[in-house]
Amino acid sequence: MSILTYREALNQAMSEEMRRDETIVLMGEEVGFYNGAYKVSKGMLEEFGPMRVLDTPITELGFTGLGVGAAMAGLRPIVEMMTFNFAILALDQIVNSAAKMLYMSGGQFPVPMVLRGPGGSAHQLAAQHSQSLESWFCYVPGLKVVMPSTPADAKGLLKTAIRDDNPVVFIESEVLYGTRGEVPDGEHLVPLGIADVKRPGKDVTLIAHSKMVFVALDAAAELAKEGIEAEVIDPRTLRPLDTETLVESVKKTNRAVIVEEGWPFCGVGAQIVDTIQSRAFDYLDAPILRVTGADVPTPYAKNLEHLAFPDKQKVMDAVNKVLYRT
Amino acid sequence: MEPADVGSNVTNLAELFAGPDHPPAHTLEERAQREDPALLKTLLEQMLLIRRFEEKAAELYTLGKIGGFCHLYIGQEAVAVGALSTLEPDDYVLTSYREHGHALVRGMDPGEVMAELYGKQSGVSKGKGGSMHLFDKRRSFLGGHAIVGGQIPLAAGAAFASKYLKQSRVTLGFFGEAAVNIGSFHESLNLAALWKLPVVFICENNRFGMGTPIERASSLYDLSQKACAYNMARTWVDGMDVLAVRESLKEAVDRARKESAPTLIEARTYRFMGHSMSDPAHGHYRTKSEVESQRRHDPIKNLSAALETIGVINAEFLEELDQKVRDIVEESVAFAERSPEPEPQELYTDIYVG
Repeated sequence: MSILTYREALNQAMSEEMRRDETIVLMGEEVGFYNGAYKVSKGMLEEFGPMRVLDTPITELGFTGLGVGAAMAGLRPIVEMMTFNFAILALDQIVNSAAKMLYMSGGQFPVPMVLRGPGGSAHQLAAQHSQSLESWFCYVPGLKVVMPSTPADAKGLLKTAIRDDNPVVFIESEVLYGTRGEVPDGEHLVPLGIADVKRPGKDVTLIAHSKMVFVALDAAAELAKEGIEAEVIDPRTLRPLDTETLVESVKKTNRAVIVEEGWPFCGVGAQIVDTIQSRAFDYLDAPILRVTGADVPTPYAKNLEHLAFPDKQKVMDAVNKVLYRT
Repeated sequence: MEPADVGSNVTNLAELFAGPDHPPAHTLEERAQREDPALLKTLLEQMLLIRRFEEKAAELYTLGKIGGFCHLYIGQEAVAVGALSTLEPDDYVLTSYREHGHALVRGMDPGEVMAELYGKQSGVSKGKGGSMHLFDKRRSFLGGHAIVGGQIPLAAGAAFASKYLKQSRVTLGFFGEAAVNIGSFHESLNLAALWKLPVVFICENNRFGMGTPIERASSLYDLSQKACAYNMARTWVDGMDVLAVRESLKEAVDRARKESAPTLIEARTYRFMGHSMSDPAHGHYRTKSEVESQRRHDPIKNLSAALETIGVINAEFLEELDQKVRDIVEESVAFAERSPEPEPQELYTDIYVG
């Protein structure tokens, strides 16, 4: 066990996997000589050389498609998006090529590839650089979508994603890169599709992913002072979703609040609400509530930006509502 | 106020495509005389197989046996046949959605291709892909792709993989002339040249992106010049002349295999049929006389006439060959007809591995 940052944990996952399997390559903007725009790939060019750590031109559609083609022809590429905002430029290749290739080819061509990089809101980056697009990827059959919140999960999930034979969209958090935590050394694999209970509780279920896990945990700590025991669950993988763990928790607490940074309409939380109500309707003592990002492009002004995203108070307010506390 | 003219000033397509401005130094007959007769017969047979297969597909489409979109290659056969004749069995091929011809020439079983068009379990893609998505891993056929230009970065990727794995494989990436205006084309050519990838990009310029002629879609008509922007080798070739295509590809495939360097080839060709089965061969975007005059350049007629002239084949051979491919096509239809539809549970297979 070592204390690592989230960033170092990701670096360790990639480096360990690349030492193990020579068919893995890392490509993306600034991943090599610059050591990564967020330094996630620091030192990797030096260790693995320019044929395995490839700086690409700014050409998301091109290098994502190149990654898919390479995956069809025997490699296991890790394609880094400098941020997932730029993945919008590569959507055709992600949706029409990576996700559908296995199906269209009648099972002949799997696409073992990881598309990774930071997503979600960051500090005052405004509308085009600060947003949560995970629901777009979750929508597409053929993709898996992973969003770790802790350094240990970041390492364990990325190693598993790299070994997965399917295209995995792995969305990190820009503002969590510097956070620290205990990370198991060496072979640490976290299976995809398994949620993690980050804090046990009996009164209400809080479901949150990526950095919203910490907002939920903050709220839970505050609620505990008032005698409310909130259970905080991090799905970790959004597709496939660990329905079982979520439903079992709600059967116990009878109430749920979903916390997400993304926009409310057609957001990930909407899918989770559907999953819970269809499987645990009779157990619910209150409507499931969602605390989401505001339904607006992300504003620049600090005060407006603060208003646009979930915080501890908003989560506590929602919990009080589902508990009918006034 | 007159609207601004956004069209091109080229009004005469025939002039634009009058023929090579540097025609082969020798006639088709002269060049054929230098080739192995067995090879010449194979090229002719492959082109004829595509022609008869697709004529049958068109017929079956009108009968409702084949659904969806069905884009015929009739008129363009010399490009796929000439190009693929230069490949080794494990070289990669990627194409657009107009790919029945490439699939057949690559050696896919005509029955399995027809069964795919029928949406049957025995199809090359288990009936899940259809006309636009033919795949065959055994033949390194990495698919027909139906978003214009979508396969071009995939071709660069396959080439990167073979270079990385130190294989001597070459990748051929086919696309139509309308794809040279889309971003993926430019991004891929830049990457391929930058990373010196063993790939040949083949632009099949059939002059129309659906109903829009090239001079209304591209500011440049000599499309191989696009390679200049990426410091890439380029050439263009008469795509109705199977031997010229073959010669041109040999050089490019060699460059890819020996020097690991890409090439852009523009093959100037013409589709005799509509863009897909849902539009006629001629109509509001091109005249009947234009199509008829282009049919004079029919690559199959030209090659068979040349081979007759030099005595490699005679009328009897041609008749027998035609019967042979018609029998193959009939058998492919029978196979597709008797094949079962996919089982209902196939709906939910092949979405994820494992």
